[in-house]
Amino acid sequence: MPSRPKSSRVDTAFHATLVLAGLGVATVLAGVAWEVLSLSGEALSKGGIGFLTGTTWDPVTEEFGALPALYGTLLTSAVALVIAVPLGIGSAVFLSEIATSRVATVVGVLVDLLAAIPSVIYGLWGLFVLAPLLREHVQPAVQAVFGDFPLFAGTPLGVGYGTAGLLLAIMVIPVITSVSREVLRAVPETQREAATALGATRFEVIRGTVLPYARRGLVGAVVLGLGRALGETMAVTMVIGNRYDISASLFAPGYTLAAVIANEFSEAFSPHYLSALAGLAVVLLGTTLILNAGARLLVRGVATGGARKNGDRHRFSRKSVSVPISVPSSDPGKEAPDGRP
Amino acid sequence: MSLASILVPVPGRSDAPRQVVTPPPAMTKDAPRTAKMVIESLTAYYGSHAVLRNVSLPVVERTVTAVIGPSGCGKSTMVRCLNRMHEIIPGTSVSGRVLLDGLDVYGRHLDPIELRRRVGMVFQKPNPFPTMSVRDNVLAGWSLTGTKPPNADDVVENALRRAALWDEVKDRLKAPGGSLSGGQAQRLCIARALAVQPDVLLMDEPCSALDPIATARIEELIHELASTVTIVIVTHNMQQAARVSEFTAFLYMGDLVEFGDTAGIFTRPSDPRTEDYITGRFG
Repeated sequence: MPSRPKSSRVDTAFHATLVLAGLGVATVLAGVAWEVLSLSGEALSKGGIGFLTGTTWDPVTEEFGALPALYGTLLTSAVALVIAVPLGIGSAVFLSEIATSRVATVVGVLVDLLAAIPSVIYGLWGLFVLAPLLREHVQPAVQAVFGDFPLFAGTPLGVGYGTAGLLLAIMVIPVITSVSREVLRAVPETQREAATALGATRFEVIRGTVLPYARRGLVGAVVLGLGRALGETMAVTMVIGNRYDISASLFAPGYTLAAVIANEFSEAFSPHYLSALAGLAVVLLGTTLILNAGARLLVRGVATGGARKNGDRHRFSRKSVSVPISVPSSDPGKEAPDGRP
Repeated sequence: MSLASILVPVPGRSDAPRQVVTPPPAMTKDAPRTAKMVIESLTAYYGSHAVLRNVSLPVVERTVTAVIGPSGCGKSTMVRCLNRMHEIIPGTSVSGRVLLDGLDVYGRHLDPIELRRRVGMVFQKPNPFPTMSVRDNVLAGWSLTGTKPPNADDVVENALRRAALWDEVKDRLKAPGGSLSGGQAQRLCIARALAVQPDVLLMDEPCSALDPIATARIEELIHELASTVTIVIVTHNMQQAARVSEFTAFLYMGDLVEFGDTAGIFTRPSDPRTEDYITGRFG
């Protein structure tokens, strides 16, 4: 095309570059999924559903069941979120609504620094500081109060589900805080003014307008935190105790999917063993996808909130199917901003 | 004898007696007028910069008082001082007095929360709560503060009727507050402010984001409301001030240049700056 204007050619090149970049991401994701699936094919076809429900992990007899590791992943992530969500969102509210701008800047930088610490350092700290502390002081004290309550039963070892969950919480809090803070800052000032002018105190303004307005983005922040908790490998491997077992007690040692893969990948010599480890990766990938999708559904349920409890839901629910987990646009009442895929 | 009835003849124009415009305002009707709010030597600061200097004027009960002036003259700041919304911005301060029924709103006897329930506010941009239904928006003044009106349905209907919105939304009270059009959303905000039964309603350029038809509806509404509520409206639209208000205050660069009954200000301004502004020579 000889006579095309330059701007048009630049535009075409720019367009092509962006399409390539987008396709690249999709290709990498598809490639990883394909590779892991094909590698795990042997173990998955041999074990069937038993691979998911089996509780034994024996490389010698080549009997592989993923349930204890899946249980450990879910339990430690749940413990982490139970601790990290209130603290993370609470500190985000403090930073965006309460703190003076100077305090917010300083603390904000510290939070971002916390998020940037490599996980192996958290792991070392967990192993040498947190675990002994829990073993010698916290766990005996908790047991003294709760007696034989199953959640806190067993010998205080210092390492285990609870310690891993607590360490994960510490790692996840800065992620949740950092994202939530931006979400809360995006709440229009007019919303706060509207509530203040109606005679609401600052607490009532936050509870009644700021948090409801930001809830979609806040769920997004929690999902990001959950993602980090599910996939975190190094720090968890160092404090989980590495015992392939299912126990109701938070004080008991356990295992997680990522920790098994990291620990055993270098010793997996037989093809079946390697395939079983890849199977664990498939389970982890699937868990992440399912929880993400679930969170998105939850967000969509929350987004139609106003009409939740009555029969009007369908009349007023939004038409768009996919609601992005993102910072709400300036006017979520309008449909247009939610139309994005 | 009220100061307002003191009329001074203008030299050379004996047919057009002029009133003393400050303070307080003229009696334009026969009914006795009392000042619902009195602003005394009000000065408002952002940091050390005074955006409003030594403003004094009365706000007469159950009338509409318009505040006009070019952008940045301190109009919004002035009305935000009346319900202490000015002070929620960090670094701001106020000196002088603002009386509501004789009580200093900056004094010890009235806390800002109570004050804001008695002096409601409508903002420039309609700001309904998008996560609440239309009904919950009207009741927000109650629910946000953790209280419940004795009969919520009546409160909702009454407030929406007063805001001339009832007929349009009565069948979709459960729809989200963000689903209304701009003009409806602004009337919803007015209903929300009225639902807590305020004595005074402050309106900060309530029509600036609306089209002419929606604006006409709101102006009509302001007329109707003035029989029950005292209204202070900020506007940069002089025709609007002339249409809706009984009293007008003209602010320029933070000073109150002129205050008086609207007809007088628009037909016989006493200050050359007022005349220049209303004839469109600047602003």
